[in-house]
Amino acid sequence: MTSMNSSVRGTARLIGAGLRALLALTVVCGVLYPLAVTGIAQAAFHDQANGSEVRSGGRVVGSEIIGQRFDLDAKDEDGNPLPDPRYFQPRPSAAGTNAVNTQYSIVVSGASNLAADSKVLKQTVIDRRKQVADFNQVSPSRVPVDALTASGSGLDPDISPAYAELQVNRVAKANALPREKVARLVADHTQGRQLGFIGEPRVNVLKLNIALTRLSRH
Amino acid sequence: MSPELAGVLQLAALIGALALVYRPLGDYMAAVYSSEKHLRPEKWIYRCIGANPSSQMRWPAYLRGVLAFSLVGVLFLYLLQRVQGSLPLSLGFTAISPDQAFNTAASFVANTNWQSYSGEQSMGHVVQTAGLAVQNFVSAAVGMAVAVALVRGFARSRTGELGNFWADLVRGVVRVLLPLSVIGALVLVACGAIQNFAGIHEVGQLTGGSRQMNGGAVASQEVIKELGTNGGGYFNANSAHPFENPSGFTNLFEIFLILVIPFALTRTFGRLVGNLRQGYAILAAMGVIWLGFTALMMWTEFHHGGAALQEAGGAMEGKEQRFGVGASAIFATSTTLTSTGAVDSFHSSFTGFGGGLALLGMMLGEIAPGGVGSGLYGMLIMAIIAVFIAGLMVGRTPEYLGKKIGSREIKLAACYILITPTLVLGFTAVSMVLATPPDSILNTAGDSVNGSGAHGFSEVLYAFTSGANNNGSAFAGLNANTQWYNTTIGLAMLLGRFLPMVFVLALAGSLAEQKPVPETAGTLRTEKPLFAGLLVGAILIITGLTYFPALALGPMAEGLS
Repeated sequence: MTSMNSSVRGTARLIGAGLRALLALTVVCGVLYPLAVTGIAQAAFHDQANGSEVRSGGRVVGSEIIGQRFDLDAKDEDGNPLPDPRYFQPRPSAAGTNAVNTQYSIVVSGASNLAADSKVLKQTVIDRRKQVADFNQVSPSRVPVDALTASGSGLDPDISPAYAELQVNRVAKANALPREKVARLVADHTQGRQLGFIGEPRVNVLKLNIALTRLSRH
Repeated sequence: MSPELAGVLQLAALIGALALVYRPLGDYMAAVYSSEKHLRPEKWIYRCIGANPSSQMRWPAYLRGVLAFSLVGVLFLYLLQRVQGSLPLSLGFTAISPDQAFNTAASFVANTNWQSYSGEQSMGHVVQTAGLAVQNFVSAAVGMAVAVALVRGFARSRTGELGNFWADLVRGVVRVLLPLSVIGALVLVACGAIQNFAGIHEVGQLTGGSRQMNGGAVASQEVIKELGTNGGGYFNANSAHPFENPSGFTNLFEIFLILVIPFALTRTFGRLVGNLRQGYAILAAMGVIWLGFTALMMWTEFHHGGAALQEAGGAMEGKEQRFGVGASAIFATSTTLTSTGAVDSFHSSFTGFGGGLALLGMMLGEIAPGGVGSGLYGMLIMAIIAVFIAGLMVGRTPEYLGKKIGSREIKLAACYILITPTLVLGFTAVSMVLATPPDSILNTAGDSVNGSGAHGFSEVLYAFTSGANNNGSAFAGLNANTQWYNTTIGLAMLLGRFLPMVFVLALAGSLAEQKPVPETAGTLRTEKPLFAGLLVGAILIITGLTYFPALALGPMAEGLS
């Protein structure tokens, strides 16, 4: 009986020590650390720490690193928005919609998770190839892989230089701009690999479209 | 430059960076865990705990500390999620349901970070920073503490004393994880990761109108998520989300963070047992497996097998343009060969062979290089098994690092390696047999609603492999947010984390009590390449024999069909 009591007391003492350790480390790692990092980040890297927002025409038009949509108000027969031919189009997105907390309509991230041999994915790719080729009036074989596949985040801000170049004719026509000017714009916004070998070459769609709206306004 | 060459150069740069910090970080950690001094903030924490950090613990006391601290961690994190609706800064997010809160609490305390919730839609600032991120630190520090205790078991003789759990825990956090996290977080912010306490706010869009975006202390959580091999993303898309991983450079940096401590701990091990070459042999075994898997993963992803990927002309489904195929492949093997489970691209959409590699990486027990701490102790257990096999071949009593591997030691090691396969195969089998759990599978046979094909089976096998091995990555096709999966994966994570620790610490205690055996001409030279090769062979054979039937039903059937 006594030994049982003492073992219960010992366990209680140990749990108490564990709790105090957790609370102390919560103060250090869960309060002081994030506050300190936030303080330094807000002072030294204010723009990045707050989402790299870009402005155009005097207002915020998005985050430089979060992909956004450039659609018409009109919808197709399935209720999906139609892409606006005046803008460069981003990669397909498989991110869902906010389903957990319906008081918000947050930008949600996510991927399709469809398998490499999935029939659904195969058909989706075939449909996308046709849509992109028709929309841009190019041969289906020219459509690059990033235009046919949904990104991991569903918010990919970039497209490949090949996909941007493929859209030049259509964008120039829709904005009544000379083709060379739009092609030059794409070339100016094409970023190579970082340090020459890190990541992949890419074009930031939002920045390209901002430059495009400036060009068509003049 | 071709994407293939860029991928190889990124791999080379990563190896170079890891090699550069290997010695200083490994030696620093050895000094941290053998220092007699206590820093001022540490003393404050010890006073708070009411523990004497200089007192020595035998293995049962050390284990009780681990278990008590982790039990409190589960309860605290569970409660924090259950009362989220009443917490400040909860952004209007409500309480998490009981089964999901249990799953998440178990997941983060067990260093798994399996996520059945969607971060941006469920978790407010307090649960993320004061709950989840704290476990990212302390669960990593617990893993390192147990590894150091095992190493002390080898290094010490004629004593049962393994050090002080509270001191090892606090030092791991204060002297190793925190300083590295502060630096890493600022690097990530400078490159574009967000770090603020803004609520959900409207951001204007170019074509007009606005969309709602999350704020959050993302960079500070992202860095410890990788450094502590945790893997739980702030956002649903994890490290594919641009706010967590904004550029090709940060992607490579995050892979570096995942690998740096697990690899450097082999140097710490060599230092503490007084023979650096023993550490190099362990490092070589880890490095060979990691590099082999990475090369195969890059090859299969660039090869983009599978009907849908062939149609698209590349394996870019679920991958980000700024990372590309090569770097995504490096990330995938690094995250599944450690206990991280963060993803910068979605494994479910990898080629059948690539998905199989990710699965097999976890099945190896995550020891190449493995989770922080857990990778080292897992590899040392395999080293004991390898020494035992070699002993059987030559008919000698096996010994490792001057300690006899007798029947007690080999029993403890055998129990260790049996736990995770039992959990993985048992739970997978039950889930496939029962009526309702298969409803969660996304990729059923031919994408029809009836029955479940090879990929569907892989989704379930992947989920339990990920949980029991404390990885946390997902073949996210599986809808795991059901009572069945929340509960069973939660149990698999807890048992897969803490049962092995029981055997590791018991083994450490028994080793520390022994007197050292003098080295003779017949002693197996465990610091030689021959032994590193034997170790790799033992790991591959044991894993292969254990999981072959299950792999044949899933990824291999998919790959051959």
